[in-house]
Order: sequence, then C-alpha cells, then structure tokens
Amino acid sequence: MQGNQAMSEGAIYAGAKFFAGYPITPSSEIAEECSKVMLKIGGVYMQMEDEIASIAAVIGASLAGAKAFTATSGPGFSLMQENLGLAVMGEVPCVVIDVQRRGPSTGLSTKPAQGDIMQLRWGRHGDQSVIALCPATVSECFFMTVKAFNFAEKFRVPVIMAPDEIIGHMRENFSLPTPGEVEVIDRKKPSGSPENYLPFAADKDGVAPLASYGSDYVFHVSSSMHGPDGCSNNDPANAAWRVAQLHRKIEMHRDEIVITKTFSAEDAEILLIAFGATTRSSRAAALELRKRGVRAGVLQLITLWPFADKEVASLGGRAKTVIVPEMNYGGQMAGEVQKVLGGGADIRRVNSYNGEIITPQDILKAIR
Amino acid sequence: MKENQKRYEVILAGSGGQGLVLSGIMLGEAAILEGKVVVQTQSYGIASRGGLSLAEVIIDQEEIIYQQVQEPDIILTLTEEALEKYIPYAEQQVVIFYDTTLAKARTGACLTGYPFTRIASDLGNLGSVNILSLGAMIAKIPMVKKESLVRVIQKRFKGKALEMNLQALETGTDLIRKGEQTW
Amino acid sequence: MSHATGTKYLKDGVLPHMWCSGCGIGVMLGAMLRAFEELNYKNTDTVVVTGIGCTGKADDYLKTNALHTTHGRALPYATGIKAFNPKLHVVVLMGDGDSVTIGGNHFIHAARRNIDLTAIVINNFNYGMTGGQVSGTTPGGCYTSTTSWGNPERDFDICALAEVAGANYVARETPYHGWELKELIKEALGKKGFSLVEVFSPCPTHFGKNNDMKQTREMLDWLRDRGIPADRYGKLSNDEKRAHFATGKLVDRNDPDFNTRYEDTRLKAARG
Repeated sequence: MQGNQAMSEGAIYAGAKFFAGYPITPSSEIAEECSKVMLKIGGVYMQMEDEIASIAAVIGASLAGAKAFTATSGPGFSLMQENLGLAVMGEVPCVVIDVQRRGPSTGLSTKPAQGDIMQLRWGRHGDQSVIALCPATVSECFFMTVKAFNFAEKFRVPVIMAPDEIIGHMRENFSLPTPGEVEVIDRKKPSGSPENYLPFAADKDGVAPLASYGSDYVFHVSSSMHGPDGCSNNDPANAAWRVAQLHRKIEMHRDEIVITKTFSAEDAEILLIAFGATTRSSRAAALELRKRGVRAGVLQLITLWPFADKEVASLGGRAKTVIVPEMNYGGQMAGEVQKVLGGGADIRRVNSYNGEIITPQDILKAIR
Repeated sequence: MKENQKRYEVILAGSGGQGLVLSGIMLGEAAILEGKVVVQTQSYGIASRGGLSLAEVIIDQEEIIYQQVQEPDIILTLTEEALEKYIPYAEQQVVIFYDTTLAKARTGACLTGYPFTRIASDLGNLGSVNILSLGAMIAKIPMVKKESLVRVIQKRFKGKALEMNLQALETGTDLIRKGEQTW
Repeated sequence: MSHATGTKYLKDGVLPHMWCSGCGIGVMLGAMLRAFEELNYKNTDTVVVTGIGCTGKADDYLKTNALHTTHGRALPYATGIKAFNPKLHVVVLMGDGDSVTIGGNHFIHAARRNIDLTAIVINNFNYGMTGGQVSGTTPGGCYTSTTSWGNPERDFDICALAEVAGANYVARETPYHGWELKELIKEALGKKGFSLVEVFSPCPTHFGKNNDMKQTREMLDWLRDRGIPADRYGKLSNDEKRAHFATGKLVDRNDPDFNTRYEDTRLKAARG
C-alpha cells in the first residue's frame, strides 16, 4: 500500500465522513482515493475551487458534525493558513495532510522536502498552538492519521499530518487493521440543558464539549475574540484567558501528544534525531556505526509539534554528539534541538535541499 | 548469481508513460504474495509522459530500513537517458538490461540489450513493454516466481489486456530462458 | 392578523444595533428575521454564516446557530455545512467586499454548484468598516478614501454574475422597500439551489460623504430614483438602462441543486 493511500484509509478508519480538497502534487492520491470511497460510505467528497475554500468547507462540515479533513502540499498549505487559524480560534476539530515537497514557491513539485517544519508550527498569524505529526513508514501513515483524528476530536484543534513526498508515494507491505482494533476517539458532546450550553467554556481538561449544527444545542462560533458563549467579547481579561486556554489545552496533554520512537538510543554517544524519510537514512547510518563499534542510536520524532523537548534533553544530554539530518537548508528542527541542549552541545546538521533524499552515507560523513 | 539470495534491489528506469512505476508495483505485489517484505519508491518529473522516470524496488525477508536502492542486483533502462545514467554500475558487475529500440547498442560484460519496445510493438501492444521487460528480469534473476507475477497480472487486468500482458510476460521470460538473440 | 416581528431570533438586549444611522444592514436583518418567522424556521435548524465587514457583524445579534468566518470565505464554510447536513437552512450574509471582491471566486463557484443556500449581499459600494475604501462594486468615477481622484476601474454587477454562474434565484432590492425586500428574501429562502438577494444599501458615513450624499435621505433617494422594477427596466433604452438598475426578482429557475445531484451520484456509487 502507498503512504498516501494509507493516510486516506486511516482517515476513513477514524470515521472521516467529509473530504474537501484541491488537487496538488504530491498529495492528489489522497483526494482520488476519497473521491472513490466517500460516496460509498455515505460521506461527502468535494473538490473545491481552491485550498482556501477546501479548508473552509472542512471546518463548516466539522461544525455540522463530520469528522473532516483535507490534503495538500506546500503552495496549497500556504493558502490554507488563514482559515486554519479560524479552526484554532473556533476550536474546530479537523485534520490537514501536508505532503511536503521542495520549495520555495512552486519549487520542485515532485521532489521531497522537510521545509515546512516552522510553517506547521507558526504558519498562521497571531499566537496559537497546533499539533503536527510526521510518519516515516506506510504503517505509521495509517496509524498516525487515526491518531491525528483522535487528537483533533479530543482537543478540538486542527492536527496536521506532515509526511514528505517520499513517504507519501512510497509503497510497503501493510494490512489494514479490523474495526475496533485501533482506538477511535469522538469529540465530547454537550449534555444538560441546551439553554445553558456554552461552546467555549472549557472543562477541567481544557476542552469544552462541542455540539453539531442541527442538534438541540444552538451555538455560535467566531473567528473573532469571543467569550464562553462564542459571541464577540473584547474584554482584555477574556482575551487573555482565551489565548492562554488555546495554548494550555495542548500543554496540559503534552505527554499524551508527544510521540517518539527510539532505536538503540539508550546508550548512544552519537544520537541521530530524525523524522519522516530521514529517520530511515538515520537508522541505516546508526546500524553501520554500530557495526564499526560506535554506540549510535536514533530518536525519531513522530510528533513534530509540540516539540519533544524532554526526550531530546534526556537522550541528547547523554550523547557526545547529536546529528540532525533534515531535508531543508538551515536545519529547522536542529534549531529546536539547539534550544533544548544549549549552545555548548555538539550538534551537527546534515541538510539536503536539492530535492534528493539524505542517504546514510551523507550522515556518516558528518561524523568523521 | 547468488543462490537463495535474501535481498534483491531493483531499479527500473525510463521515461514517463512507459509504465515502470506500475511494473515496480507489480513486482512488489508478487513478492508480497511470496511472503516477502517490500519497499517501492519512485522518482519522477512533472510530466505524465516523457522525462526521466524511475521506480525502485527492494525485496527482503526482513524489515527494510533505508528505503532507497543502494546495491542494485539488476537495472532496467528503457531509454538512452536512463542507460547513460546507470551505465557506471556495469563496472560494478551489476546486470543492466537496456532497450536497443530506444538506446544505442553497447558492448560490455554486464550489458545486455534487447529490443523490448519493438517486441512489445510486434506483439500488438506497445504498452506491455513494462511487463515484457519485467519477465526478462525475473528470468535472469529469480526475485519472484513467474507464477506470482501471473497472479498479480490476473488480479489487475481483465479480458484482452490480461491476455496481452500474460503474453508479454511469457515473451519476456522466453528471451532469457531460450537465449534468443534473433530479434 | 399578527405580523411577523422576527424577535424570536434576536438576542435580548442587543438593540439599538451598532450600524450607522442610514445604513441598510438593520433593514435587511429585520426583513430576514421576519422572513424566517413567516417560514417557521427554528433556531436549531438554521445556521447564519457571516464574513468580515459591517455586514459580518450581524451574527452577534442572532439566537440561531451562527458561524462568523474570515474575510471573503463565508460561502465555502456554508458549503461545507450544507453539503454535510442538507436538512439545515443555511443563510450567508456578506458585504460587497466579502462576496465579489476578496471572495469573488467562491461566489461564482457556489452559484455554479447551485448549493442550496441563500446569500444576502449588502452592497454599499465601498468598504464601510475600514473607512470607506474602494471595492469591486464601487461605480467607475466614484470617490472613496482610496480613489481620491475618482475610481478608474469598473464595477461588478453582482446579480448578473450570479445569473451567468448558474444561481437558481436572483433578486435585488433597496432598503427603501423594506416589505418587498422581506418578500424577496422569503422567496429566496424557499428556493432550492443557490439564491442571491442583493441589497443596494446606503453608506452615508463613507460612500455618501465622499460622493456628495452626506445625508441618509440623499443616498436613499439616489437608490430609489435609480431602481426600476425588472419588468419596466427591461423596456428601457440602453442609455436609460445605464443610468438605472433593475429591482425585484431577476432570475427564477429550478435546476437541480448540489445535494440532489450528489445524492444521485451516491446511488450510482452504491450500484458499483
């Protein structure tokens, strides 16, 4: 199965019933798959006039009760940012798949990159938190998409899946799990009297229940600053509370959200920190180093945002050298690693930005 | 040739529209039918037709960590451009099949030319050049059993297309099996 | 006989509203809520989607479901809602900036899809909320805060745009004719498919001030005198047409809407 297909299968498994998108390489297989499946399962597939409309329709459908998602790549992801901000502000669950390709601008549309790392986190104006996940195998494409929907529903937040083109287009052995085998989470619904329903009054877990348009619970959602009832509220105290709550609900559940994997990393004096396709190059490089008697290991970041600071501090603090291979020019993730480990740490960056993958040999060169 | 080899790495190179990604997928599916672990990747340009197009397949008994081909066992090149790119591998004793219809004939121990495109055209279906050359490759290096490929083809095609592709597979394997150089 | 007041959709204690005196948005809102009442809409099955600008503030007055969205994007949000739950009454309130300037592409595609919702566009020929800048519907030669020497560009005819893009229902009215406006909105709401009601509205604060119509009365007269009911407008000479605009129902057809077509396609998919 192909990575892109595994992500659409993961979405369907998680209960997605609405897809709106606009074709763009290298993500179009996801739309094509959904256009076949959605109509058969009673869902909706729509090709919109652009990516701005696509994410808007996804958010609208989500408020009407659907688990909804879209898929895109660089240029389309840029177009989605403003409305994605509404999903943050209006706390609307949704999933966006950004299959990363080489930029800037339209760049090399069929070639892989990991250049959107900062855009995933900070692409929207204002001041907000989202969750971003990055798979490295076809199997992770499936399971992490289910996870993305679970996080979106549980925390009422947009979740971005950010594979690179290699992972999106790669095919590997994979058999779909049976229904019930993997946990699927649905959004918390309101109970109690509809007159007292406040769609933005967070419970102790930082998240308010969310009704659907058309239910007994009438509600108001706004892109502008709003009070617990969802209506405009310009009071500074309310604004401070709202902005903090949007960050805090993610911080509170940080340990649940941050997913990492390690490969012989416990005793590593050389630690490779990687995500997406470069995880695979890093693992091959670490195995080669172990063969040569060097204690090397890999920390794979599946959750890119929020950043795995504790895991990096713990494993990176023990290693003599930390290497961060990534398919971008400046080392977008290496900068985050540096923030955690401090200026004195031996952090080496291995970067490719020509549209080609980083090979295990490229990584080994950084160690000599 | 290594007997009972555990891992095979294959490169299929040509131009967009020759169906190489599809034959890479079918090779992978055949290996999966045999219980193997497979990774297939591709590299292509922006055009659906033309431009260098490339499919890589790795077949192994255990987890494939790095997904790209590093030590190819066999390379298929269906265009002059593809052959030029991969010809250095011939010096490392890697088997290279190339298409004499579309690329200039070469000599060299590991270089074997067949007029794949012309044969496919003579069979009445230019589009089956991918299956035909795949047939030749598995006859040369037993990465998968022919029967597994037959099953994959039967799953993917129906009617006339099925017939054509099975015939192409047969013709391709015969090229090696019978050592026919009379084309 | 009791008359519809629309107050059951209006939040308590929100009047007087925020819009300038002379603005047409309040008249439009009143007409829409009365139309809701006459059609017996429930707060639970109605969703009002707004964009950004003066008109975009209307959701704050409502007790129905509401979604206040980003500038120009109200229609695709509404499209997602209606496509997923066809039972909902979906109404989109936009200004001329939202509908045909920043959001023009969404407007023509919503009409093309014939998605079953009603778009009500307050066209006041300029950007009121941000201080009266030029918009895609500012007539050529008119003065705004960003066309100090007169607008060198031409304006859109929103109704004509909706018509050629495929809307099932198109109407235009001014706040001068409040009862007629309510009737048109009611007819648009009842119509399956994409329906548009354009409301030519005074903006005495900005557009009027910049174009020698500082008094509300002057702007209303300007609209009243130029608006001619569609049947009579059709008989005017081309020169007269240029100096006037048609009001009332302009387009009324019954092409299948998006959800009907989608359901047909679903049945096809189910058959394999």
